[in-house]
Amino acid sequence: MENSTPLNQEKETQEPKEAEELWEGAAAASPQDPGFLAPECLEEEPRSDTEPHRRMSPSWGRQSRASLSLEDLTGPLVSSSPPLLPSVFPSTPPLIASLQDRVASSPAERVPGGISDSATPHSDAWDSASAARQITSHYMSQSEESAFPQSQPLQFDLRGPGDASPDKPKVKGLRFDLLQEEDSNSNCDPDQPEFGANEAAPSMLEVAIQNAKAYLLSTSSQSGLNLYDHLSNVLTKILDERPADAVDIIENISKDVKMANFNKKLDTLHNENEMLPAYEIAEKQKALFLQGQVEATDPELEEEIAESSLPNVMESAYYFEQAGVGLGTDETYRVFLALKQLTDTHPIQRCRFWGKILGLEMNYIVAEVEFRAGEDEEEVEEEGVAEERDAGESEAGEGEEDELPKSEYKAPQAIPKEENRTGTNKYVYFVCNEPGRPWMKLPSVTPAQIVTARKIKKFFTGRLDAAIISYPPFPGNESNYLRAQIARISAGTHVSPLGFYQFGEEEGEEEEMEGGRDSYEENPDFEGIQVTDLVESLSNWVHHVQYILPQGRCTWFNPIQKNEEEEEEEDEDKEEKGEEPDYIEQEVGPPLLTPISEDLDIQNIPSWTTRLSSNLIPQYAIAVLRSNLWPGAYAISNGKKFENFYIGWGHKYSVENYTPPGLPPVYQEYPSGPEITEMDDPSVDEEQAFRTAQEASVLSADENEETEDEEEDDDD
Amino acid sequence: MAMQTALVNGRFMGDPSHEYEHTELQKVNEGEKVFDEEVVVQIKEETRLVSIVDQIDKAVAIIPRGALFKTPFGATQVNRTFEGLHLSEIRKLSSYFHFREAIDLKNKTLLEKADLDPSLDFMDSLEYDIPKGSWSIQMERGNSLVVLRSLLWPGLTFYHTPRTKNYGYIYVGTGEKNMDLPFML
Repeated sequence: MENSTPLNQEKETQEPKEAEELWEGAAAASPQDPGFLAPECLEEEPRSDTEPHRRMSPSWGRQSRASLSLEDLTGPLVSSSPPLLPSVFPSTPPLIASLQDRVASSPAERVPGGISDSATPHSDAWDSASAARQITSHYMSQSEESAFPQSQPLQFDLRGPGDASPDKPKVKGLRFDLLQEEDSNSNCDPDQPEFGANEAAPSMLEVAIQNAKAYLLSTSSQSGLNLYDHLSNVLTKILDERPADAVDIIENISKDVKMANFNKKLDTLHNENEMLPAYEIAEKQKALFLQGQVEATDPELEEEIAESSLPNVMESAYYFEQAGVGLGTDETYRVFLALKQLTDTHPIQRCRFWGKILGLEMNYIVAEVEFRAGEDEEEVEEEGVAEERDAGESEAGEGEEDELPKSEYKAPQAIPKEENRTGTNKYVYFVCNEPGRPWMKLPSVTPAQIVTARKIKKFFTGRLDAAIISYPPFPGNESNYLRAQIARISAGTHVSPLGFYQFGEEEGEEEEMEGGRDSYEENPDFEGIQVTDLVESLSNWVHHVQYILPQGRCTWFNPIQKNEEEEEEEDEDKEEKGEEPDYIEQEVGPPLLTPISEDLDIQNIPSWTTRLSSNLIPQYAIAVLRSNLWPGAYAISNGKKFENFYIGWGHKYSVENYTPPGLPPVYQEYPSGPEITEMDDPSVDEEQAFRTAQEASVLSADENEETEDEEEDDDD
Repeated sequence: MAMQTALVNGRFMGDPSHEYEHTELQKVNEGEKVFDEEVVVQIKEETRLVSIVDQIDKAVAIIPRGALFKTPFGATQVNRTFEGLHLSEIRKLSSYFHFREAIDLKNKTLLEKADLDPSLDFMDSLEYDIPKGSWSIQMERGNSLVVLRSLLWPGLTFYHTPRTKNYGYIYVGTGEKNMDLPFML
């Protein structure tokens, strides 16, 4: 049947099937003779009496109805129901009249099926109904009420008596009610005779309205949209969302609605292989979350737990959070897992989350690591640039011919770096840019790098192989600079409560040139210090990392000794030796485990600031130490446990601005003595005196003319 | 006020009533003689604090492009349809503006101004900041958060979640300008 054509509306429908049945009945009735129709209609009525709202259900095409109605619908069908109609739909007649009037006066363009206006009143009725249907189907807001003044009251009336299942109070629902109402009304149109009378009355206005609507419905040739639909979409969106001051953003809303049209269609150019950076890093970090060995049996697990060198990063993070320091739970946990990965892949005795250094493009997460005894990784061949320079210059000096003066410059002795596990190289540092990325081992630090690092101040870029362009030229790239800064920060700011570490008993007293003791061990008898004590007095904290001497090492290295050894190899040093000082004063620094109260002040502020994490609950508070010399270095302790952390840019604080060091003076290539120094030209008086002296000598040797001549020649 | 506070160096004490003392030589006329006299200028810390906060705001407070717009009547309004920066724009400094009256805008050449949208581009963008490279742009979690850090006032951090309306900035630091920036880049 035509009425089962699925021209479905997007709106909700009520019992479409039943309505279809209803219409089927009507359609079936239509081609038959009126006599038959009457009982059909009558049959329909009881149904409509009980459930009049069925008629309000939409569900099939207006077009189909119109088409089937035109030829099939006969007068009797309409006329058979009039006696019943008024009982159910008392206000129908006015509607029908108005509909018919409109239709008669102005042909609706969208009326389907090629209905001719000169058709029977029934056709007109259908026309009007379908036209009205067409028109109202586009109206989505109640602002269109003016077009159908009578329809509004009709709707409400209709809903009143037969409202068994209440419709949703939407405009669309009402609209469809109206639709159905018109259908049913037109189906049982009683007002045949009245129809013709009201045709001509409101013609001008109706014509204008129809024209306006037709214009609005015209489709754009470019986009395929029409203004009518667009406006209704915009107004629907506004009414749904109800933004404040909608008039100010109406253009943007309109643009958004248009944009939404594009998103509905399936994008055939969908890029399926696009990997967002967020997914990339998530993939890397997912690997962290996976457990390494699946076959972890019980004894192995216990062993692993007992030997684990992994620090409890989350616990430290908890304490630091009370101090207001940290990276946030998310990132800390990822760092935790990354550290676990590090300890799983390397033979590590002890590991600690040292901190985070910020950089321009990327940041560094730093882990301080101590390898197991004997499992030290082989040293990467990193020749100090200074050493190379030294060797190169002396070679160049030796290779030259005798004619050219040999450069007697001897670069200052390169101070050798400290052995691993001692001094500045006590710990090995690993860095990574982000948890999930591979850990990179930083090379050991040389004294020259530390000395130069003290003189420059550069931001880290985040790439370990970046060159450091500075004056004085830094011997190395960013990985070396980073390592040097880490060494300085550790030496300056790693502190622990007094008594936590003690010197080993077995070590002999060392008063040698090596300086103070350089190793310590944990004190098993440490009983903790009151948190309030830790905060009040700085002498309760001690440095447990050796001080770095100005030389760049922790233990003094005397370059002269080395010099004497090398003297045998090189021949031209005899002259130079005289110029070098015979004795270089040994550099000393504060010994290990010096209380930090001895730290020098920066101008007028102490180098450490202390505070309790909470003044309100002192029994669970922790002591927080903040370094003013290295902004970003923190130390916390709850009395028994302590932890150091650094988060910052990696530079020292100075009140004055940074000034690059001046250039060194020009090198004295040769000693300036009387034999080289250029003599001043004699003045006139001096020349005169010389001449008279000469003449005097000439006179004295007057006898010998030959000698006179010779002397005169010589004297010139 | 800015001139006064420029005389003070060093960290903040933490006590708003703390007074910094700055001695300077001033020429004082006394009768016929002109001699230098040491004058001690006292500056209170709260003055310094107010001035620093203002300087930081004027120098490095930033907002993403499109968050504010200017109506033809001149009033600046919050853009309620701001949907956040696009992924292609977040790494560019030109997508962020200084949150202050435009200083540099009039000095732009006509060619540059032609590409600007007068309703959106009415503030200085970060692109022309001196020295170049005084902002560090980083992404967190892949592309889901962009963080800008100022290197001129270390401690100023700006964040923005692309394609959402979230953005903001905060300053946590010592309140001192990084005058060494040109050396450090």
